[in-house]
Amino acid sequence: MSATTTAPIAATPVRTTHQPSTRMRAWATRAPLLPALVFMIVVTQLPFVATLIISFFDWNALYPKARHFTGFDNYKEVLTDADLRHSVWTTILLTVTVVLVSLVLGLALALLLDRRFRGRGIVRTLLIAPFLVVPVAAALLWKHVLFNPEYGLLNGLLHYVGGPQPDWISNNPLIAVEASLIWQWTPFMMLILLAGLQSRDNEQLEAARVDGANDWQIFRHLTLPHLRRYLELGALLGSIYIVQNFDAVFTITSGGLGTANLPYTVYQSFYQAHENGLASAAGVLVVIGSIIIATFALRVVSSLFREEVSRA
Amino acid sequence: MNAVLRRNGLGLVAWLVGIVFFLPIAWMALTSFHSEADAATNPPSFGAALTLDGYREFFGTGGGASPWPALINSTVASVASTAFVLLLALPAAYALSIRRVRKWTDVLFFFLSTKMLPVVAGLLPIYLFAKNTDMLDNIWFLVILYTSMNLPIAVWMMQSFLSEVPVAIIEAARVDGARLPTILARVVAPIALPGIAATALICFIFSWNELLFARVLTGVVAETAPVFLTGFITSQGLFLAKVCAASLVISLPVLAAGFAAQDKLVQGLSLGAVK
Repeated sequence: MSATTTAPIAATPVRTTHQPSTRMRAWATRAPLLPALVFMIVVTQLPFVATLIISFFDWNALYPKARHFTGFDNYKEVLTDADLRHSVWTTILLTVTVVLVSLVLGLALALLLDRRFRGRGIVRTLLIAPFLVVPVAAALLWKHVLFNPEYGLLNGLLHYVGGPQPDWISNNPLIAVEASLIWQWTPFMMLILLAGLQSRDNEQLEAARVDGANDWQIFRHLTLPHLRRYLELGALLGSIYIVQNFDAVFTITSGGLGTANLPYTVYQSFYQAHENGLASAAGVLVVIGSIIIATFALRVVSSLFREEVSRA
Repeated sequence: MNAVLRRNGLGLVAWLVGIVFFLPIAWMALTSFHSEADAATNPPSFGAALTLDGYREFFGTGGGASPWPALINSTVASVASTAFVLLLALPAAYALSIRRVRKWTDVLFFFLSTKMLPVVAGLLPIYLFAKNTDMLDNIWFLVILYTSMNLPIAVWMMQSFLSEVPVAIIEAARVDGARLPTILARVVAPIALPGIAATALICFIFSWNELLFARVLTGVVAETAPVFLTGFITSQGLFLAKVCAASLVISLPVLAAGFAAQDKLVQGLSLGAVK
């Protein structure tokens, strides 16, 4: 996705003089930017172009001599292959579930933390902690320490109340993956929404309260509209990270039991099956999905950004 | 009276939820100090004797593979890539905030759009490139990739931190005859330094956590800490205390960096969109 999104923000007026001194000065202004820009183009854009090209070839790394151009065959195969189609569906389900649930939980937590109470700082710290566990470690924690049917903490606690002893991961593999991700991403949503809550106009809230609005009315008519863009931002950034999730799927189920999402499938099809062409086509599909999300995300970020710039 | 009660009640709910969210980590910490036999009981043994055996096992004194090479590799990859990110992002952010290039917002959004390009989009060509140039299993190749992974975030964050430096002060310093290095050191740095530090910590966290690149591009020599952890994916008999010790030790740098950057964490994660 190399296209720059045009953000309609008042830019510095365009100067059209072509005197050497102004040109020199323009380059002097540009110079500090160039290393970073060139570096990003080389390291991120070129490989994607290569992926795009490889996606049109029938290329198994084990038979390099049989490599040939096949047009859209790889895409056809990705879209018609039952396993691959399933992984597209899994990716959508995983992303939507994790984002929605952690957004709702994050909103509830942000509302709780927006009030003053004793030890608020400590509770905030406790809540952020799950986000600061290395993702693989978090996945291992859920897989072995919490979900293990014989000695995991969940069944241990159920034991006390005489409950059943389910095999969590085998019974509901996708939900098991989702649970660990929701645990890690709720703090992220909470942080963004808390920042949104704290940027509310206090005078407006005061005025509404003086006018006799109750808590629910204030939430429904003032807080929620104000939070809308923060909710959108959380949902979109969360989607961008979770669409790409590899760690939890790889660790908890190793892509088995129908939990393989697209990133895992791409990884598996070239790293284990050596199907370079197919892997690339699947990769391109992930990119197309991401662009759709990203277009919305960029719009939200740019509207928040514009507000920021105009305020400054 | 009623309002006071309700306020305390909701405070109590917040405390309860906080504890529930923290419980898995607390339990992981407790288990890491139990013996393997006590770690794998049902019902759980809360009050079992504490021991450092899990940590001894993890650090390889019990005969297993030592985690030190992986920890050192992760440190090199995270610290070096963060240093490169700062080196590239600081001048770029300067050109996007203090002395702005034309169309600076377009440039800013180009950086952001690269962050939205999924890792798998370029993984295969990057792997093939590494393989053909003998860069597989080389930690410095990961450093380059981690630099590109974090550069957009850093540019965005630092752009917003540097924009907070009032232009009037810079102009005043210039009128007083201060040259650029002096202005940067005496005027810009003191205001922007906390933000730069937070940016560095967030880049460190993302590099330390990364698995997919490391898993595909490293092997025996350049293995990082998360790759080391994937060795625990399949159960190996009684190994819970060891897994907990390993997960905790490897997460400690991230927990420390995260709490240190707590105030700027949201801004970094939202790419500077939320302050």
